[in-house]
Amino acid sequence: MLDCTPKEIIKRSGGMINPAKTCQPIGAMYAALGIHNCLPHSHGSQGCCAYHRSHLTRHFREPVMATSSSFTEGASVFGGGGNLKTAIKNVFSIYNPDVMAVHTTCLSETIGDDLPSIIKGAEVPEGKLVIHASTPSYQGSHITGFSNMVKGMVTYLAKATRDEKKEQVNIIPGFVNPGDMREIKRLGGELGVRSIIFPDTSGVLDSPMIGKFNMFPAGGAKVEDIRDSGNSKLTIALGYYASSDSAHLLERNCQVPAITLKTPIGIKATDDFLMTLRSKFVQEIPNQLEEERGQLVDVITDNHHHFYGKKVALFGDPDILTGLTEFILSLGMQPVHVLTGTPAGTLTGSGIFEKEIKEMLAAAGHEGRVKAAGDLFELHQWIKNEPVDLLMGNTYGKYIARAEDLPFVRVGFPILDRGVHSYLPIVGYRGAMRLVEMISDTLLDRQDRDAADEDLELVM
Amino acid sequence: MAINEKMIEEILNKYPAKVKRNRKKHIVIRDSAQENQEIEANTRTIPGVVTNRGCAFAGCKGVVLGPLKDMVHIVHGPVGCGYYSWLTRRNKARAEDPEKNFLAYCVSTDMQESDIVFGGEKKLTRMIDEVVEILKPNAITISATCPVGLIGDDIQAVARAARAKHGVNITAYSCEGYKGVSQSAGHHIANNGLMEKIIGEGDLEEPPSKYTINILGEYNIGGDSWEVERVLNDIGYEVQVVMTGNGSYEKLKNAHVAQLNLVQCHRSINYIADMLETKYGTPWLKVNFIGIRATIESLRNMALYFGDEALIKRTEEVIERELAEIEPQLEPYKKICSGKTAFCFVGGSRGHHYQGLYEELGITTVLAGYEFAHRDDYEGRDVLPNLKTDADSKNIPDLHVTPDEGRYRLKIPVERMEELKKIIPLNDYKGMINEMVDGSIVVDDLNHYETDEFIKVLKPDLFSSGIKDKYIPQKMGVPTKQLHNYDYSGPYAGFRGAINFARDVAMGFSTPTWNFIVPPWKHNPLLEGSIEQCSDDTCVKEVGA
Repeated sequence: MLDCTPKEIIKRSGGMINPAKTCQPIGAMYAALGIHNCLPHSHGSQGCCAYHRSHLTRHFREPVMATSSSFTEGASVFGGGGNLKTAIKNVFSIYNPDVMAVHTTCLSETIGDDLPSIIKGAEVPEGKLVIHASTPSYQGSHITGFSNMVKGMVTYLAKATRDEKKEQVNIIPGFVNPGDMREIKRLGGELGVRSIIFPDTSGVLDSPMIGKFNMFPAGGAKVEDIRDSGNSKLTIALGYYASSDSAHLLERNCQVPAITLKTPIGIKATDDFLMTLRSKFVQEIPNQLEEERGQLVDVITDNHHHFYGKKVALFGDPDILTGLTEFILSLGMQPVHVLTGTPAGTLTGSGIFEKEIKEMLAAAGHEGRVKAAGDLFELHQWIKNEPVDLLMGNTYGKYIARAEDLPFVRVGFPILDRGVHSYLPIVGYRGAMRLVEMISDTLLDRQDRDAADEDLELVM
Repeated sequence: MAINEKMIEEILNKYPAKVKRNRKKHIVIRDSAQENQEIEANTRTIPGVVTNRGCAFAGCKGVVLGPLKDMVHIVHGPVGCGYYSWLTRRNKARAEDPEKNFLAYCVSTDMQESDIVFGGEKKLTRMIDEVVEILKPNAITISATCPVGLIGDDIQAVARAARAKHGVNITAYSCEGYKGVSQSAGHHIANNGLMEKIIGEGDLEEPPSKYTINILGEYNIGGDSWEVERVLNDIGYEVQVVMTGNGSYEKLKNAHVAQLNLVQCHRSINYIADMLETKYGTPWLKVNFIGIRATIESLRNMALYFGDEALIKRTEEVIERELAEIEPQLEPYKKICSGKTAFCFVGGSRGHHYQGLYEELGITTVLAGYEFAHRDDYEGRDVLPNLKTDADSKNIPDLHVTPDEGRYRLKIPVERMEELKKIIPLNDYKGMINEMVDGSIVVDDLNHYETDEFIKVLKPDLFSSGIKDKYIPQKMGVPTKQLHNYDYSGPYAGFRGAINFARDVAMGFSTPTWNFIVPPWKHNPLLEGSIEQCSDDTCVKEVGA
């Protein structure tokens, strides 16, 4: 497996080998699915739309509905305005969503299609909405695309319609699973704070089996709620890279103060999230959550001998990694390699991925390799040079895990070879407990597998 | 329930007028009384309609080039196209030399905005240099994504220069996603490149064995090709190369030595089969290794082609042995499947191929179609002279080959060839419609709305298609079977594959999950007990709601 990857690292500049990121439009499509009654639309060749739908469907094991402008060579030369106008007409006639969320592709961006003008000139039925986001595939990553589509939601929908802000919080959850969005919503609810969470793919990409197919399932952020986000007292952006730009846009457009927090993975980040809600809305933390926190600390204490001191290599999306690294450190484990494919830190000049992770490691007395805009070929070479006890990341990691015979915990996007994961959270105290179980079980399964007969333990 | 024109009309009425006119031509109710039933195919997808179709890049790099294992396939473009076509198609490969298997590698130039503005040729050149230095493949391909053609990167020139510099076979494919109308354009572009720049590069002059064949249009999904080769090798055939499942540059460059080319997927490769005959004199035989009867017929036709008594005898022995092995295993599954109906909507050949296997299990195909096929795949090759080239097909360069002076050999005498053509499908394919039962529906480029409507009308017991539409019927309580990637199972080809398929389909019908869709409280009253003198409606509702 991966036998062609040498240990010796040669500096490369020709692109990515085994990327740890993908392109903007898939992130935009995912975000758009988090609006209730919304049909995402890909303005480019139909292959983009097909790839994104396939990949999202494989990750969620749910229908992912989206349309395409189906560019031909003619449209690529003369512009895709005609195709988009036709698409808008067809989408509302055939599928009748409330919102059509258009994102661009490298093709339509390269030829410079002017989406606002095209949309203005299109036949949009009364009461229906077409929103858009510019998502050139040659910038950033799928995380940037997610962020850009959420910005599109703010630009087109959010309005400040009153002088006094409402006692409600906007939560932008970032590129996480519907199970995570559901949990974030629950945490807010437990505190008794009214929250508007957008985008919200819970109830869309984890919809129940009811014996019939709904093209637009019950879940998703309601347009009227996203509109009302302009009247909220506060926006909490969870995750710097996927969520903070839209929160700041909302601050500029509607004067809703924005706070950026880590994706609430682990004890500290969840504490921060709850403490922010507590102080801004003067709500005491309910017993239920205090109990959950106590249970989490209890299981970590009870099981720390399973994972303490183990070396870990982590890869994935920057917001997930920031939370995950912090949590891994609080388990007493050692993250020795942390890599994201997203050019976090180089894209806008304000990113701080490498710095932030390195500071966390230093504070815990560790050193490690940290990289943004890296690829899995390089991560594999790092592991060859400095071996680890555990690998954590998306499905693509399984090849490295096999090549190096490493225990492997699947976390992040995409997970294409296992089911159920997208329904269950990794955020909040309960999500952290799930991570502890996954990490412990994976390490112990390996210990059992490798144990000689006389060393196999009944009680561990 | 039988369907008629009026019902189709009603379904299509929801469409805007233009869409309705267009889609109507893509739907045919099979009627064998009509001599030639025409269907529109290989035309533009309608913008804003939820289609399953992909693009030329997907057909070129994803389908045809991707499986060639000892080559590094560089994707020139932003990162996404390389990423999505990385290990997602289940084209399995076993490497003779583990250091020459690059299937688990995704190589993308990851073009950035500056590359779009200033051109990406230099970055592509650097990537080629790095691939040669670090990965050392036997050969390299470069596939273009949408922006490459638009900004004018000359990937052919980059490939030529790199080939001269490194002495490695490096070929470039201008398969930008906007070319043509579907994946089909990409198959064509890829195959043209392989035909022009790789096949014949090898120095073999004679076939390595008496019965040397190539299998064209077989991608080894779930190991299909291995199951077919197991049987073929046992009979005495030598497979020179499979195009392109588990294929390699090293094998492909000597594809010219085969005495017969088998064509499994007619859509993706029939034109190459024709070219191989023109250039090397190798006839092609349409085969179908999906389904037991189809496999047997294909094996017998091959034996007839070679016409050797010992080979014919050996073929029958192997068939007998294989049948004895699988028939008892098949019985329990047949009991579960018998009497059921299915939709069968797949790419360019399987929409047809799986119908026979369904029939063997007792399942009737009531609707079938292709995602990206052309009219000849539906109507048969007789229609080819009548096909007009439209603007979208003109964008795909046609390759014109001539007989190779040194290597053209007549494989069998002309008269015998003509005799054989009367009894076996040599250089011929009759298409899907021909084999479908009257009253069944053929739909080209079936889209989501039509899927939904046809399921409501026809209520199939099984829906077989791909990943994008898999979970839609499933939500309705209809079992699904992915026929692009086999739901991560397989092989489904050949004798043993038929058993795997039967087992998996039966599993879809038998899984207890379908019993739990309706919660018990939906049909049971909240309150139990009896009310005396219950006479009006309200009262009944309260008790029994």
